[in-house]
Formats: sequence, C-alpha cells, structure tokens
Amino acid sequence: MNKKLVSLVAAVFMFATNAGAVDFSGKTVEWLVPFSAGGGSDKWARYYAPMLSKALPGNPNVVVNNCPGGGGTTCTNKFSTMKNGDGLTIYGDSGSVKFPYLLGDKRVRYEYKDWGKTIVLATPTGGVAYTSSKFYKSKADFKKLQGVSLKFGSNGATSLDLIPLLAFEMLGLQVKPVFGMKGRGPSRVAFERGETTIDYQTTSSYKSKVTPMVKEGKAVPLFTWGVVNSSGAIERDPTFPKLPHWAEYYESVQGKKPSGPAFRVWKAFLAAGFSSQKMVFLPTGTDPAIVKAYSDAFVKVTKSEEFKKTRNKRLGVYNQITGSDAEGILKAAMIVPADDLKWLKNFVTTRYGVKF
Amino acid sequence: MIDSLLSAFTLIFSGEHFLYLLLGVFLGILVGILPGLGGIVGFSVLMPFIYGMDPVSALAMLIGLIAVVPTSDTFTSVLMGIPGSSASQATVLDGFSLAKKGQGARALGAAFSASLFGGLFGAVILTLIVIIAKPIILFFGSAELFMLGILGISMVGVLSGDSLVKGFLACGLGLLLGSIGSAPATGEWRLAFDYYYLYDGIKVVTIGLAAFAIPEICDLLRKNKTIATKKEPLGKGWMQGLRDTVKEKWIVLRCSALGCLVGILPGLGGSVVDWIAYGHVVQTSKNKSQFGKGDIRGVIAPESANNAKEGGGLVPTLLFGIPGSGSMAVFLGGLTLLGIEPGPGLITGDLQFVYVMVWSLALANVIGAGACFFLSSKIAHITRIPYGILAPFMIMIICFAAFQVTRSINDLFILVVLGAFCTLMKNFNWPRPALLIGFVLSDTLETYLYQAVQFYDFKFLLKPGVVVIFLITVASVYLGSNMSKNKKITLKYTVKDLFNFNVQNVFLFIVLAFFAASAYDSFQHQLMGGIFPGSVSVIMLVLFTYVLFFNNRLLATMINTTFTTKDTKDLFKAFSWIILLIVLSSIFGFIIAIFAFFIALMKNKTNLTMTKILILTGSGISTIITLSYFMVLDFPPGLLQYFFKLPWPFK
Repeated sequence: MNKKLVSLVAAVFMFATNAGAVDFSGKTVEWLVPFSAGGGSDKWARYYAPMLSKALPGNPNVVVNNCPGGGGTTCTNKFSTMKNGDGLTIYGDSGSVKFPYLLGDKRVRYEYKDWGKTIVLATPTGGVAYTSSKFYKSKADFKKLQGVSLKFGSNGATSLDLIPLLAFEMLGLQVKPVFGMKGRGPSRVAFERGETTIDYQTTSSYKSKVTPMVKEGKAVPLFTWGVVNSSGAIERDPTFPKLPHWAEYYESVQGKKPSGPAFRVWKAFLAAGFSSQKMVFLPTGTDPAIVKAYSDAFVKVTKSEEFKKTRNKRLGVYNQITGSDAEGILKAAMIVPADDLKWLKNFVTTRYGVKF
Repeated sequence: MIDSLLSAFTLIFSGEHFLYLLLGVFLGILVGILPGLGGIVGFSVLMPFIYGMDPVSALAMLIGLIAVVPTSDTFTSVLMGIPGSSASQATVLDGFSLAKKGQGARALGAAFSASLFGGLFGAVILTLIVIIAKPIILFFGSAELFMLGILGISMVGVLSGDSLVKGFLACGLGLLLGSIGSAPATGEWRLAFDYYYLYDGIKVVTIGLAAFAIPEICDLLRKNKTIATKKEPLGKGWMQGLRDTVKEKWIVLRCSALGCLVGILPGLGGSVVDWIAYGHVVQTSKNKSQFGKGDIRGVIAPESANNAKEGGGLVPTLLFGIPGSGSMAVFLGGLTLLGIEPGPGLITGDLQFVYVMVWSLALANVIGAGACFFLSSKIAHITRIPYGILAPFMIMIICFAAFQVTRSINDLFILVVLGAFCTLMKNFNWPRPALLIGFVLSDTLETYLYQAVQFYDFKFLLKPGVVVIFLITVASVYLGSNMSKNKKITLKYTVKDLFNFNVQNVFLFIVLAFFAASAYDSFQHQLMGGIFPGSVSVIMLVLFTYVLFFNNRLLATMINTTFTTKDTKDLFKAFSWIILLIVLSSIFGFIIAIFAFFIALMKNKTNLTMTKILILTGSGISTIITLSYFMVLDFPPGLLQYFFKLPWPFK
C-alpha cells in the first residue's frame, strides 16, 4: 500500500513538473536592445541570439529588436513597465543605461532593484588607459607624468568617462577633459593627431587600433581598469594579463591601497560600466521557472563549442557571468550607498560644472 | 598598388561576389524607394542571413544595399517632393519643381546618370588617394572641420533667394532648432522645455520632411490637379536628362570630387555635402534665376556629390572604424559581425580588400543607378495621377517615414508642428534651404568650435589649413554674390500694420518669440552649454527686432504681398487633412486611421466610386503592411491600443 502511494505521489509530482516545464516551441522571443543596429550592444545581442535560440527549451526563434532613444533610457523605461511573464520578451542593457540611473537622471523611470531576481546574464568588458610616449616610457616616469598638463577627449562628465576621470584624479594626474567628443573613436583619432595626450579605449578597439601605435612607439599603455568579480574584488583584465590593473598601479606608485568615497564610488561604477556592462533581464515578476530556463540556457551557451571558439574574438577573454553570480554582480554594481553618490555628484559639479 | 587594384577587379567580377552584390542592389532599390527607411532597415532584414555567411559574399551584399539606397530614394524626392533621406534634400528643390513642370522623367534621368558618373568618378579619386588618406584625415582636426562648417554656412548667401535678411534669420532658426537636445559639451538639455521627446533633439529626417514634403502636399491639395501641371511628353524625358548630365560634365566632375573629399572627413555628416554642392553650383553659375524653380543643374550637382560621398565614407570607416555616415555605421556593424576589424592595418596590410570595397561600391552604384535610370520614364508617370488619389498615399508614406525616427506618436506630432511652420515659411517666402543648412551644421559648428578652442585656444584661427579654408570661403562668397538686384519695394508696411491680426503677422511674432525663448533658455545653462545657442539667439533677436520695429524698408521685404485671406482659408483647409490623420492615429492607431483617412480624402477630392476607393485603399494598406512585416516594423499606436491589446498590425 505504501509503495503504491509513493509511486502515485511520484507520478503526480513528475506529471505536475512536466506539465509546468518551460517550453518555447514554435514561439518567437523578442530581445530588446535600446540602441541602434551596428553598435556595441547590438553586436553583443546578435552574437548571442542564435546560440540562445539553440539552447532554450523548444528552440524558439530569437529576434533582436532595436528600440533606440534617450541614450537608452526610452526603451528601458518601456521595458520596466512590462508585466508579461510569458518569457517571450527579454532585454539587454548596457553601461549607458546604468549610469543615468545611478546619477539620478531626469529621464530615468526604471528601477534596477526590480530586476534582482530576473537577471540571467552579465557580460563584462574592459578598458585600457594609455598615454603619449613623449613624456612617459614606463612606470618609472610616473612622477614626470604627474607634472605634465594632459588633455583627455571625453563625451561628457556623466558618461562612462567617469571611470577614467576619477581614476586619473585619484592618481594625482593633471588631466583637462575636452568634452563634446562623439565617442571613443574620435577621441582616439584626436590622440593620433596629438591633440590629446592621454586616452583610454575599450578592449577590442585597443587591440586593433592602439596596439599598432604602441608598436610604433607613439603610445605607452598605463593600466587596465581590471575586472570586478562577483565577490567585489578587482582582478587583472584577462585579455591583458601582463598589464597591471588600476588599483594595482595606484598601490605601486602611491605606496598605499586606494580607499575613501572616491574609490568606493569608482569601484561601483566600474562594476556597472565595465565588469558587468551588459546584462540580460526578464520582466519583473516573471515566473522563476522561466527565469531558470533562461539562466540554464545561457550557461549552456557559454559551455558550447561554438561559443568557446568565437568568444575571445567577439567578446574578449571575459568570463560571462550567469546564475546566482549574476545576482551578485548586480548588487555590487547597482547598489551604491547614498553618501557616496552624494560625494560623486558634488565632485562632478565642482570639478566639471555639471548641474543635477 | 596596381596589382592590388587588378586582383580586386578579378575578385569583384567573380561569380559569387557579383551575384550577392546584385542581390544587395535589388534589396537596396526596394528599401530605398520608401522614404525614411534607409540602410538600417535593410541591414536588419539582411542580418539573420549575414551571420554565418562567408564574409566576402556577405560584404558584397551589404555593399550593394548601402550603395543603392541613396540612389533609389531620389524617386520620391523628385516625383513627390518627399526627401527620402538627408542626402536627397537638395535634390528636392529643383527636382520636384521640374516634375511639376512635367519634366519628371528628365529630372530623374539627369539625377541617375549624375549619380552613376559621380559615383564612378568618386571611386577613381578614392583609388588614387586612399594611400595618403590617413595623413589627410589626421590633418583635418577640429579647427579645420570648424572652418569647413563655416564654409557650409556661407552657402546661405546663395540659398536665400530674394532676401538676404530672411536667409540669415532662417539660418539662425535652423541653428537653434539643431541645438535642441543635449549640448555636446555639457550634456545639458537645451530648449527641451521638459518635453521628453525633445531631449533627443529633432532629427534631420523629420525636419527634411517637414520643410519640403509637407508644404508641397498642402500646396497640391489646394490645387487638386496632378503633380505635373504641364502636359509635356514624358516619354523621351529620361534621355534628355542623360544629355543634360553629359553637357554639364564639369559640374559632375567638380561635385563628385567635392563629395568624395567631404565624405572622407569623418565628422561632417552626410547631409552637408549636398547643400555644399548645390550652393557651389549656384555660386558658380552666371544665370542663377532658375535655381529652385527647375534648373537641371540643381539636380545634377547634389546627385553627383552624394554618391561620391558614400565611397569617400568608406575610408574613415575602414581606416579608423569611425563611420562617415548613417549607412557606414550600418556597414561597420556588418564588418564586425563578420569578424573584420577596421583599423590602420587594413590599408597597409590589405590594400586589395580596400579596393574590393571601393570598387564593389562603385559597381553597385553603376548597376543601381543604371536600373533606376531605365525605370525612370515609367515611374515618372506617377506625376500624371490625379492628386486626389495620390495624396493619401503620399501622406501615408510621409507619416510612415517620420515615424521611423523613434517609433512613437510624438514623431508625428513634431512632424505636424514643424510642417505647419515650414508651410507658412513657404507661403511667406522664407528660404527653407537656409533653415536646413543651419540645422545640419549646428552640431558641427558648436562641437568643433568648442574643441578647437580647448585644444589650441583662439590661436586655432592661425593654423594653415584653417586659413586656406577661410580664404576659399571668402572667395566663394564673393564669386557668388552678384546679388539679386534689389527688388523695388512698392509695398508700404509700417509697424502699425504689423499688429493687424493675420496669419503672416502671427508668423513673424512666433519667430520673434522663438528667438526670445531660446535666448532665455540658453542663459539657464553653464557657459559651455549655453554660449552657442545664446550667441545665435541674441544676435537673431537683435537683428529681427531691428528689422521689425525700426526699419520699415526691411520690414516690407519680410512680407509676401500676394498672400490673401482666401489663401489663408485654403491653407488651413489643406493642412487640416494632415491634422486629421494625426488625430485619428493618436486615437485609433495608424492602420485604422489610415483606412478611414484614405476613404475620406478620396471621397472628398475625387469622383471615384466607393468600390474603386476601397480597392485603392486596400492596395495601399496591404503594401505597407507587407513591407512592415518583412522589416519587423511597428505602426504608431493610439489610445485604443493603450486600452485594448490588438493583434499586429493593429498594435
């Protein structure tokens, strides 16, 4: 009698879970990207989309839908109102969507805390800072560099450029930002012209476009930003294992570890802007089983042969963050103490005249 | 270099590459014909296929697409006065005027043959200078780019029509409209008045449609005949167009050289080149009287330039990874998806690849322009269709194009507001090209002035490149200024007359109010954010106040004496159709609104039976639905969609 009961319960249990099993056969998944076709976020989503399709249960069609506007805030606002828990809409953010949120931008009507339970992937990226070989050949020249007035091309004090601006400031470098640059590409060209003397580029641009300059002897790398891992520690950038990361560099030239509100805020913004720059979310309140299906699918993708063969070229040598680690990095990136944020806003206002 | 070139040619004409090129061209023609769509849409359609294709074929397809879009959108520019992309605006001026005179086929023939030769010649220039392209690009820094912007602005002189003052003011309006949105230096929002949409600023597609397409539609609705009012034989027109192009070969050569060189410089933007080419041809012509009214040279010049510019745009894209234009941004996306990283190494390491790109583009250009050329006489018959039938299609196309900007109903609201203003501009003889030039150069001038001063202090004015460009500007202004003889002002208009309540005076006060509001707004910002719009608006405010209140002679030149109260009534009636569509859209969503709109307009303006009307409506709507389905596009939603969840396409 007991045996029969147990097997009956087991059968019912299995039936129930199978009936509730996630299956997207014959459906189409829409992946919203808040930027136009061809940009970094778009390329990232389109790289993943076909592999995600193969990894999701039922192999649905995964289609990328661009919805640009407001620097990324328009689409994010719209997505934050979505309550369809059917798992057929996912959203890919980027650093440019996180920063306005952290800084209290007027346009932002979304709340990252809503997505703590529905994040399924975080993709890191990295950056390398470099300067002109005219006054810097190696770390030994650091004091000399501190004495030079350097120009840095930037697209604004409230963009991802906060990372280099704060990094240079904490090192005591005299850096004068020239705002209004239309992105890192033009900033790099300005460096080639000799109009700017310190610059940074993201990983792929550095590799293809700055490394030739380094070989020519025109440019010298300083440090990478490094990667904030899901336990909050900074490690070397895996794409550039020979270069020190900023905190390491700071310690070796200043003789002590970086600390204080400037550093805390910098680390959080680094996590948001680089170490977990692009995240994938499902709408808030989605059924945990569906979230898990996606989470598992992304894990499957990162373990697949296709991914392993192409990842380094397309995304860099970064570990993709999945599962509960993704929740961890979200907390590290997006939860910044109010006092530190106040410090930052004050800094940006006094130093660069930005009004909030 | 020669062997890279030869091996490039062998590759281009090899079977597979060529076939994919043709496919891309075919798709480009389809995508380009509908205004507002542009390369990005075509790219999204190709996307799923490119990924996983072999790079050479995929690139061929992509290049075919990109090369042809600026060519095929000339159809709507010339035949309907609807500028498809920023690159076609200057073509509309004379192209559409020719169509109205019944010479649509001729205009098209000239446009396409100019595109063909222009693109070819541009590729030749590119082949020669690509080796030294890098130092050229590095030479043109922010200081030089600023001065090129000034050269562009100086074109306002010849684009002002009869009144230099109006041209100046219109340019100021354009500069200020262009500054709406985020300030380049500080990111502050100017003139946004807390209206969410304006944070992103106004896009050039919207202002192009508002400035050229909408006023023409109002005009045509008023007259309610056909676009082509003269019955000239359309048949042989296209050959005449070809002959015109051959006759004006020096213009083609000069303008394609211009287009190629401007295209190479990253940071000037795509729309500037047509206006510079157009302005240049006006400046260098002895007989300026027909420009804007149907001078074939006004079609040949911008068309040669803008195809050469596409080729030029390949250079900064491949060399620096900086897209020279919208279509290049798309191309760049395609490149990286295929795993090809642009960079300086490409020119030194793989010159053959660069030549393959350059000449594939040229070949696609030739095939595309050639195909369009042969189609031109047939398609030009559109201008013979009674306007009552054509109008709803045109209005639908315009709204659809405007909607692609941010895919929200606000796109249509802004279109209507700007369109209303520009319609008034047209009727009161304010030069809209001057407005456009100010608009497209606003960002360039401000950004590069700011950067130049930051990099070099005001010493930047002494840089050799800057001085040379400045001298060229002065020379071109001087050459272009055998100014219109001052019209005899017979009208007596005093300040008192200014306060009569009529549309024209209201218009003048709106302009004045806008300058004042701009000035006020700019003082709310930091120095670097507010100085550009601030200086422009203060100068304009002072000038306009002087003209309105302190100089009766100049005031008289502001007024269009031939505009009567009947005109006012007609204008309102015509414009109200457009407003009707927008109102219906905002309530019921676009598809339902268009359905009702078609029926209402055709019933009102034509004598067709209800059956015929329904058939036409059906065909129009089904075409647009099919296109949108393939391109994964949505339609403007209305209140109805907010409350009820409807299936696509009623979403």
